[in-house]
Amino acid sequence: MAALLEALNLEVRYGGIVAVRGCSFAVEEGEAVCLIGANGAGKTSTLKALARLLPSGGEIVYAGTPLGNLPAHDLIARGLALVPEGRGIFARLSVAENLVMGAYHRHDDEIGADADRLYTLLPRLAERRNQLAGTLSGGEQQMLAIARALMSRPRLLLLDEPSMGLAPVMVDRIFELLRSVRTQGVTLLLVEQNARLALEVCPRGYVMESGRITLSGLSAELRDDPRVRAAYLGG
Amino acid sequence: METLIQQIINGLVLGSVYALVALGYTMVYGILGLINFAHGEVVMVGALVALATVKALAALGLPAAVQLPIGLAVAMIACMALGAAIERIAYRPLRNAPRLAPLITAIGVSIVIQYTVVLISGRSYHAYPELLSTRSFDLYGARISPAQIAVILISTAAMAVLLWIVHRTRLGRAMRATAENPEVARLMGVNVDRVISLTFVIGSAMAAVAGVLVSINYSVAHYQMGFVLGLKAFTAAVLGGIGNLAGAMVGGLLLGLIEALGAGYIGDLTGGVFGSNYRDVFAFLVLVLVLIFRPSGLLGERVAERA
Repeated sequence: MAALLEALNLEVRYGGIVAVRGCSFAVEEGEAVCLIGANGAGKTSTLKALARLLPSGGEIVYAGTPLGNLPAHDLIARGLALVPEGRGIFARLSVAENLVMGAYHRHDDEIGADADRLYTLLPRLAERRNQLAGTLSGGEQQMLAIARALMSRPRLLLLDEPSMGLAPVMVDRIFELLRSVRTQGVTLLLVEQNARLALEVCPRGYVMESGRITLSGLSAELRDDPRVRAAYLGG
Repeated sequence: METLIQQIINGLVLGSVYALVALGYTMVYGILGLINFAHGEVVMVGALVALATVKALAALGLPAAVQLPIGLAVAMIACMALGAAIERIAYRPLRNAPRLAPLITAIGVSIVIQYTVVLISGRSYHAYPELLSTRSFDLYGARISPAQIAVILISTAAMAVLLWIVHRTRLGRAMRATAENPEVARLMGVNVDRVISLTFVIGSAMAAVAGVLVSINYSVAHYQMGFVLGLKAFTAAVLGGIGNLAGAMVGGLLLGLIEALGAGYIGDLTGGVFGSNYRDVFAFLVLVLVLIFRPSGLLGERVAERA
């Protein structure tokens, strides 16, 4: 069976700088895979290329379709959603409007019911549904960004550093949310600097360094790998 | 006292037109960070298309009550097409160019539109037919004409429709999301190019309404009428806080009032040295003062940092 997402020799350049140099990886349907690595390793560029926000070399195949020529705005209707780095919530739209934006491509009549389910799961958002999203705390904004992506009923959810800049309590809540998303059968590709948590939530992972994938395997093995321990897990 | 009421009426009429045009500037600025200096020409094209339509309808012997709404509708459709074309031809290819480039093409587009109009209908002033009764009503000693009432009513209705679109519809939500963060809007499935195009289309429809209203009010249309009107509406948008819809409306009304009151009283205040022909000075004095003392405008926020 073919993987849900497969990248072959992915390459991303910014002018003369090569951010991602020939990465290949695959994510099976129903899996949760993490991509860990230090700042500047090329993780965000990889995700942006997958979401077609950046032009890239190599090949990306999602659900049997090459993504090469598709515009970014076509992907969400195909079930591929990205929670971008820095959350990217619409600060001047209300919490409720942000959620509705996540369902922008949908025309069914279950959008309201989906929002209500998320409000039940995330009561903090429910309390603040009429507030401007810009007034939320960082953690609440991250929850909103994930909830907004879930409103699209994704098949594959790409997440870019959901723990970035958040207090430890909040990070725990976010990862709790990700675990529950997993149990709903959504496939995850998680980019994280917080390798410990990423390897905990995802059974399999890739390690990225200077634009290349240097290690890959089951999270249990990666956790025990001395190189990973030294570089990402604090020895 | 009568002068005061009269000038307030005149100011509100003038201000509603400025507000309609200012909305076009501010919407485009909000979404692209660009001043569409060709917007004034769209107003002018709206006025002249409506005039041509009205004349054709009159030749067919249709009553005035039918001429105005049809003329207005045809002008709106023509201007919407023109607005979409301006965006597609002059701005989209320069979306990632330095900011000065689209400013220069805007001036180029203005000149092209003006002289295309000259080729078609000449340089002369076109008298607008009297579509509404000229019998004014008395209001506490001041006069208000049916044309002035029409300006206020129609522009209020147009602004209400615009606000409804922006705040209550799927398209409006996509417009606001795109204005805030086009990349994330794209991730949500928004076709950003189309939303930008529709922003020009809606702004141009407002401009067409403004063009028709101003011509009805002054009974005249001319190929250069869009220039000063456009600059004043731009001033109104800056006064209210460019990028802010409510700001454009407040700025428009305020500018109209300042101009009308200034023109009404300048003679008395300067002992007759300056007359009401100096009216244009007020608008641009306001622009200079706002740019010096409150560049973000009355309702303008500082350009919000992306969360």
